[in-house]
Amino acid sequence: MLRGKHFTFDDAYRGLLMAAAAFVFLIVALIVYETAVGAGPSMRAFGWRFLTSTDWDPVNEHFGALPYIYGTLVTSAIALILAVPIGISAAVYLSELARRGVGSGVSFVMELLAAIPSIVYGVWGFFVLAPWLRNGIEPWLVNNLGAWTPLFSGTPFGIGILNAGIILSIMIVPTIISISREVLLATPRSFREASLALGATRAEAIGVVVDAARPGILGSVILALGRALGETMAVTMVIGNTNRITFSLIDPGASMASVIANEFTEATGKLYLSALIEIALVLFAVTIVVNALARLLVHWATGGRREAAAAA
Amino acid sequence: MRLDRSANHSASRAWLKTLTMPILALTAFAMFATTGLAESVNLTGAGATFPYPIYSKWFDDYQKETGTQINYQSIGSGAGIQQVKAGTVDFGASDAALSNTQLKDMPRAVIHFPTVAGAVALAYNLPSVSQPLQLTPEAVVGIYLGKIKMWNDKAIAATNPGVALPSAPIMPIHRSDGSGTTNIFVTYLSMVSREWKELVGIGTSVSWPAGIGGKGNEGVAGLVRQTPNSIGYVELAYAKQNNFTVASVRNKAGKFVAPTLESTTAAAAGASAALAKDVRTPIANSADPAAYPIAGLTFLLVYQDGKDAAKQKAIADFLSWAMTKGQGEVESLNYAKLPDAVIKVNQTNMLKLTSHGKPVLAAR
Repeated sequence: MLRGKHFTFDDAYRGLLMAAAAFVFLIVALIVYETAVGAGPSMRAFGWRFLTSTDWDPVNEHFGALPYIYGTLVTSAIALILAVPIGISAAVYLSELARRGVGSGVSFVMELLAAIPSIVYGVWGFFVLAPWLRNGIEPWLVNNLGAWTPLFSGTPFGIGILNAGIILSIMIVPTIISISREVLLATPRSFREASLALGATRAEAIGVVVDAARPGILGSVILALGRALGETMAVTMVIGNTNRITFSLIDPGASMASVIANEFTEATGKLYLSALIEIALVLFAVTIVVNALARLLVHWATGGRREAAAAA
Repeated sequence: MRLDRSANHSASRAWLKTLTMPILALTAFAMFATTGLAESVNLTGAGATFPYPIYSKWFDDYQKETGTQINYQSIGSGAGIQQVKAGTVDFGASDAALSNTQLKDMPRAVIHFPTVAGAVALAYNLPSVSQPLQLTPEAVVGIYLGKIKMWNDKAIAATNPGVALPSAPIMPIHRSDGSGTTNIFVTYLSMVSREWKELVGIGTSVSWPAGIGGKGNEGVAGLVRQTPNSIGYVELAYAKQNNFTVASVRNKAGKFVAPTLESTTAAAAGASAALAKDVRTPIANSADPAAYPIAGLTFLLVYQDGKDAAKQKAIADFLSWAMTKGQGEVESLNYAKLPDAVIKVNQTNMLKLTSHGKPVLAAR
């Protein structure tokens, strides 16, 4: 294959790959454009109030997205709070301490978990987790913590924000474990050997490795967060679908994705449909903002040490 | 990057042959198949999901009898209405009749044809109560407004003498997705309660003052089954298939009536005079003494004047079939059939169907 003045295979190949990369941008741009056009009537009718109003009344065509924004953020936050410590701990164990057989066995199960369709998680949350929460966990939370914090007050139904958060955490744990494990495994052996040679304990040596892998681990959390923010079916089944904002985690709520899934098919009327499309646009914006914040966090946590991530 | 053509030439030829033979055969078959059906008309429709099981049975049986093929996509009433408006389908289907504004938004006049009647049953989960509950309209409204909070409230206890109602909070459950079932239910609530009409109103989804939402009939049913002291509304067909205990509701004539196929048909019969004037009139809260009050009709939406004469004729022919032979099939799928008076209304309206101004059906 000669590189000459003529059009070569390399040029064609490069062009093809570039087109593939450009295609991604094109799709994102098209999505933003189309949703923005679709959301137009709603944006003109409600303006910024759309983001702060808690009213969602299809009959009188008053729409506000705040309860859904709140639901999406709170369920994702619960999911992260539960999944991150478990996920990272498991990844550290699998890469640093477990025997090879155990490691690959657990990764196999992890990949299984990641491959389960979200509706199956939803069914499990609805039929299995909800009764556990209603009869055991939530009454306990209300009786023991309810007096101290408004987060656990009200009547336990099993269906609600907490259930959705737990289901999401189970859904995102595999992402965190598998990526973090890969990153940890890719950390140079010399890091461990050097720490041990300097007299560090096993725990301290692991600390050094985890510190080196931090950008990659945070990257896995960002990916997981992305899934949690956009998850639709499982959340719709267990969140309770009410457009009220309550500070109690055991109360029902709704998320942006769930309200779209619920109401899109039967949405009659231009403004109604447009408001649902605007929610999609807001979800898109929230995802971008959260991702940007997470990237800033990575940057801050690593002091701009991108090369460590590249090494991983 | 060059392939040595000559070496591969004969091999690729043989390969090509094995590939093309079945394709040719398939194409020939497809052409034969399409020419075989070319004389009959193909219709497309889209809309409501609630009547989908009976529609697909109807369309299937109708094709076997007449050769007319009808493709129906159950994409939801809202989407169905939009497809009709855009003219991408030959007919639409909706669980809610179009409002006057929606009718005005249509490019041409649209006629509603009710096809089957449905009822909305109130299923509840009270482990300690074995006999069927009797509810007044006021009790149903109060529960869904969140004003009647306890099962042993006077409004419920008064009509259920001898029933040991628990002193437990009521958990009202509603549909979270937009649906014709919700539309029937809230239409009823608005007819019996001024407060509901002003505070919440009518729609395929509304802003619920109380309770939690489940997606689809199965979502509501699952929540009711799982949550002690809950009450939820589901389609009658769904309640029947799943053997739910359902409440009797007091109708306009003051009788407590359980939801059955017969009491649903009676609801449509009680409203037939009004339906003759405007077929969109809600049949909820019917005056018929045998009627179950929370009932509604589901509609096919057809342009009064069709551009394609053959298609418009086919639609009219199908409607005639659905009103006669088709009605005999509906109860096997737990839909309530239309009373004779409403079938007559449809048959009158069918004569109004035209193509380029000419009626497609001969007057009888």
